[in-house]
Amino acid sequence: MQIPAPFDYARATSVADALALLERHGPESRIVAGGHSLLPMMKLRLARPEWLIDINDLFELDFILRDGNQLRVGAMTRHTTLLESAEIAGLFPIFADAERVIADPVVRNRGTIGGSLCQGDPAEDLTTVCDVLRGEAVIRGPGGERTLAMSEFHKGPYETAVGQNELLCEIRFPIRPRSGSAYEKVERRVGDWAIVAAGAAVSLADDGTIDDVAIGLTAVGVSGTIAESEAVLRGEKPREDLFVEAGRLAALASNPIADQRGPIEYKRHLSDELTRRVLRSACARAAVSPSPTTQEG
Amino acid sequence: MQISMTVNGSDVTSEIEPRVLLVHYIRDVLRLTGTHWGCDTSNCGTCVVLMDGQPVKSCTVLAAMADGRAITTVEGLATGGTLDPVQQGFMQEHGLQCGFCTPGMMLTSRALLDVNPHPTDTEIREAISGQMCRCTGYATIVRSVQWAADHPQGIHEADETVEMATTDEMDQIHARIADATGEEVGA
Ligand SMILES: Cc1cc2nc3c(=O)[nH]c(=O)nc-3n(C[C@H](O)[C@H](O)[C@H](O)COP(=O)(O)OP(=O)(O)OC[C@H]3O[C@@H](n4cnc5c(N)ncnc54)[C@H](O)[C@@H]3O)c2cc1C
Ligand code: FES
Ligand code: FES
Repeated sequence: MQIPAPFDYARATSVADALALLERHGPESRIVAGGHSLLPMMKLRLARPEWLIDINDLFELDFILRDGNQLRVGAMTRHTTLLESAEIAGLFPIFADAERVIADPVVRNRGTIGGSLCQGDPAEDLTTVCDVLRGEAVIRGPGGERTLAMSEFHKGPYETAVGQNELLCEIRFPIRPRSGSAYEKVERRVGDWAIVAAGAAVSLADDGTIDDVAIGLTAVGVSGTIAESEAVLRGEKPREDLFVEAGRLAALASNPIADQRGPIEYKRHLSDELTRRVLRSACARAAVSPSPTTQEG
Repeated sequence: MQISMTVNGSDVTSEIEPRVLLVHYIRDVLRLTGTHWGCDTSNCGTCVVLMDGQPVKSCTVLAAMADGRAITTVEGLATGGTLDPVQQGFMQEHGLQCGFCTPGMMLTSRALLDVNPHPTDTEIREAISGQMCRCTGYATIVRSVQWAADHPQGIHEADETVEMATTDEMDQIHARIADATGEEVGA
């Protein structure tokens, strides 16, 4: 029977209250959001916080909001909400691609985007999604608010820039015209973590060439996006031979380990193949997405 | 710490340790053992209960986190002595064998039908994809949920005849028995 070690529990009533509770209870206090990563770790005694600060009542962090040319997503937004949002599906189809294959519908009812990013599991899917969409993390702490690019947010496996006395509050995504994005994951069985997954986001210039592109891989030891593959595509019209080259370079950049999910060669093969597939579909989606003139304010 | 919540429509208040998981609170403190406890790792789904109407894996929720919420367990599915259509569906279509996965399966199915009264087979399979059944092979579970979708009011004692063979069908059955045995049966 798995039971967490003893701890004390407090439920925060606001962001300010959560920060005050973290401050009051000190370094051994920890935020719990959906609890679907933290509670399993506590059951296994991989985590032993003395205080849990529950932020599930912070509905102020559960929002999806269009704000000019940004989409703002609150840290307490659940996987299910992200999957069901028509606004997100329209702007960033990569979210629906990824959310459909994150865990299972019941787990998705609890897990949050904030918890996923803060957990920083190397096989976690939303990190790649936020990386390629060039999201920014809005973090609040005793010293006020700061905004970090994803590259500064991630510090390595299970490590982020969020301090013990801070709260990730929201993630902001730039909305670009003529853009498209996609995610594809290979898993051993429904609901499992990725063997490998790839994500891509592209935006096209008026002449149809690739203006900007970001490519990311999940679960193969790559941090940030893959500059080598991106360089092949930037300024070019989307073409199959470029996707193939970008895939080859992504496989080279990948750094998988052999484990129960498969050997290194297989994971490299998937890195190559999945990169091609997400580039094809991101470019196809960008080609039919609204241009600036047709886009509403 | 003290927690209060609604369980199957009744208010309950208890003094618990913060580390008590919702599944153990329901089974060991409230003594509602219809909620099963299996893998303990959020994988099998036999511990699923509804929290504010949404299926959650109660082995991965603290009882403290359910403070102030409304919980429905399998014991709360039947109303006024009448089984929920989902429960009737599992009976009609043999949706269970050992029954270990059944409470979780039925609660997720109830939540699905509440938002999607006419799901496709694929939608049913997707909804229960976080739950394991080692007996049925899932086909009869899908049929059970479809039965409930087709009978949103369930069936009551009085109109149970709808499930019985028609007179024509009975005549055909009698004729077949007569053919096979040479004996006249039926009216
Ligand atoms: C069976 C199962 C399968 C899964 N499969 C997948 C999968 O395929 N892909 C995938 O990506 N994920 C998967 N997950 C993980 C799931 O997505 C988790 O819900 C998610 O990783 C964590 O979100 P949470 O809200 O539950 O976070 P919690 O467990 O509550 O928290 C995780 C960590 O983040 C911290 N934290 C949470 N929110 C904040 C905040 N706002 N500010 C600061 N710190 C915070 C906590 O202190 C903790 O350290 C799976 C989980 C389970 C149980
Ligand atoms: S006991 Fe909760 S999912 Fe298996
Ligand atoms: S009926 Fe036995 S596990 Fe489902």
